[in-house]
Amino acid sequence: MMAASGAPVAARRGLLSGLTSHPSLREFEHDLLVFRRGWHSYMLSGLSQPFLYLLSMGIGLGLYVNRNGGAPGGVPYLNYIAPALLVTQAMMAASFESAWPIMGKIAWEKTYLAALNTPLGATSLLAGDMMWIAFRAVLLSVLFFVAILVFGAVSSPLAVLAIPVAVLTAMAFAAPIIAFTATQKTDQPFNMLFRFGITPLFLFSGTFFPIEKLPLFLQPLAWITPLYHGVSLARGFSLGQVDPLADLVHVAVLCGFAAAGLTAARITFRRRLEV
Amino acid sequence: MAGRLPRLLTAGSVAPADRRYHRAVPDTRPPQDCVIHARGLTKRFGAFMAVDGVDFDVAPGEAFGFLGPNGAGKTSTMRMIGTVSPVTAGTLTVFGLDPAHNGARIRSRLGVVPQADTLDNELSVLENLLIYGRYFGLPWNESRRRAKELLDFVQLTERSGDQVEPLSGGMKRRLVIARALINEPEMLLLDEPTTGLDPQARHLLWDRLYRLKQRGVTLCLTTHYMDEAEQLCDRLVVMDKAKIVAEGSPRQLIEQYVTREVLELRFNRDEGEDGVAGAADDSSHIDHQLDGLAERIEQLPDRLLVYTADGDATAAAAFERGLRPASVLVRRSTLEDVFLRLTGRSLIE
Repeated sequence: MMAASGAPVAARRGLLSGLTSHPSLREFEHDLLVFRRGWHSYMLSGLSQPFLYLLSMGIGLGLYVNRNGGAPGGVPYLNYIAPALLVTQAMMAASFESAWPIMGKIAWEKTYLAALNTPLGATSLLAGDMMWIAFRAVLLSVLFFVAILVFGAVSSPLAVLAIPVAVLTAMAFAAPIIAFTATQKTDQPFNMLFRFGITPLFLFSGTFFPIEKLPLFLQPLAWITPLYHGVSLARGFSLGQVDPLADLVHVAVLCGFAAAGLTAARITFRRRLEV
Repeated sequence: MAGRLPRLLTAGSVAPADRRYHRAVPDTRPPQDCVIHARGLTKRFGAFMAVDGVDFDVAPGEAFGFLGPNGAGKTSTMRMIGTVSPVTAGTLTVFGLDPAHNGARIRSRLGVVPQADTLDNELSVLENLLIYGRYFGLPWNESRRRAKELLDFVQLTERSGDQVEPLSGGMKRRLVIARALINEPEMLLLDEPTTGLDPQARHLLWDRLYRLKQRGVTLCLTTHYMDEAEQLCDRLVVMDKAKIVAEGSPRQLIEQYVTREVLELRFNRDEGEDGVAGAADDSSHIDHQLDGLAERIEQLPDRLLVYTADGDATAAAAFERGLRPASVLVRRSTLEDVFLRLTGRSLIE
């Protein structure tokens, strides 16, 4: 669909009209219209990031790790971290997009306020932007997966399931964060959230090394964060190691975070926008 | 362009001038005949009373204004009418519908020009209109057709492909008005439409609003500019401290609350023996000297406003009594005088 992005709106009228019969899809459509301007650079960075990570971590660092026996189970380090990086990239992007850009729509450019003067309500705006964040997570994850394939870092056909896992993980972060965003007056807390929340999770949720290597008291902490579950799930699929019961728990935790976040966001959006 | 908005045209024919109110709105008027019907309308934010039990009706095709200083409750009232802010207490119907249950239906028939421009800086001028049409459920081609007409109407066709950010304040305002018209609304809500604009931009905007009114669009606006209220409004209410303190046409309000003319007298303070204190003594002394010459005298920091039917005659009489003001000005009364009378302070402060 994005391939036609450079074309005039009229050329894509039929497709978009078909897409948007429900009001909540109009905000998604708005984001799509904005995206038409910057999609080239977005796709380019979406494709170059995984190459850089896989090259430096997977190949570079991997050389050293593999010399010492590789990742747990003797798996090549590249294959070990590739699905984890895919999930964390989607999670980081979605977290960012539910913070600053949403704050802008609420408080800076106030485009939400303009939209609220139309038949759209706060819940339609929330739904539309969640769809948009999910859509971008799909784009990024597909690009990342392409890079992984280029590096030949998959051990199982199930690896492709890392894409939906990444999107679900992205939602498990985006939903609570967007709920939080709607309660904030300034963007100051976002810096704290990323510095002390998102970045540590990226580093310590089993992305680069198993959480069993963490100090014992920190391990339960990893368990209750959604990223650990996303990473474990994606890695399992990618390495072809499926454990139905554990995987079910992982999915349940991710869905739980997303659902709780959405419920909270519905409330905070209405409180913020319908006053 | 004028003939291309059919709904606006037909609505115009049902609102001849004689249907407008000339006195306080009777409570008996059925709400479904009014575009807006409010009784005891109240908005509270926690302990803060923003709108305190106001009553007003707006008839189809009317240009109705809320006049008042900042913080009087104008914007809160407008947001309740626009169904984006829930009513705390009282009755409100818009197009005969209840905002609490029919918000989306009401909004689909409204055009809103908020105080802040709320334009999307990431989209072009044309795209801002296009997507807004989509928000109202218009097909792309219809949205595009209307957007182009409206850009023409607000004289922005040449900027249609440009980004929004570099536009001047007046252009942004016109774009917001065009945006508010994309759904061919029956009523336009304008919250301080010309605040911060230069005189040229204000007059162009007033002209466009006047044309819309001619086509039968109901206008409901807030302003703290007297000249704007006199230019645009058939009828207005003056709000102060969350309440409506007066209601009528601009002319009626002037007749009711002030005299036909105002004599402005300026005295040179430096001539007083003790400076400012002396001047204060002087003015009470002057007040006394003007006894019986005027209906009412308003003392401002820099001048006296003498309310009288005949300013020239009063000025001559004051001279006869030996008053020697530094400057004399006779002018017709304006809404600003009404406001001074009603609230005891200058409006734009």
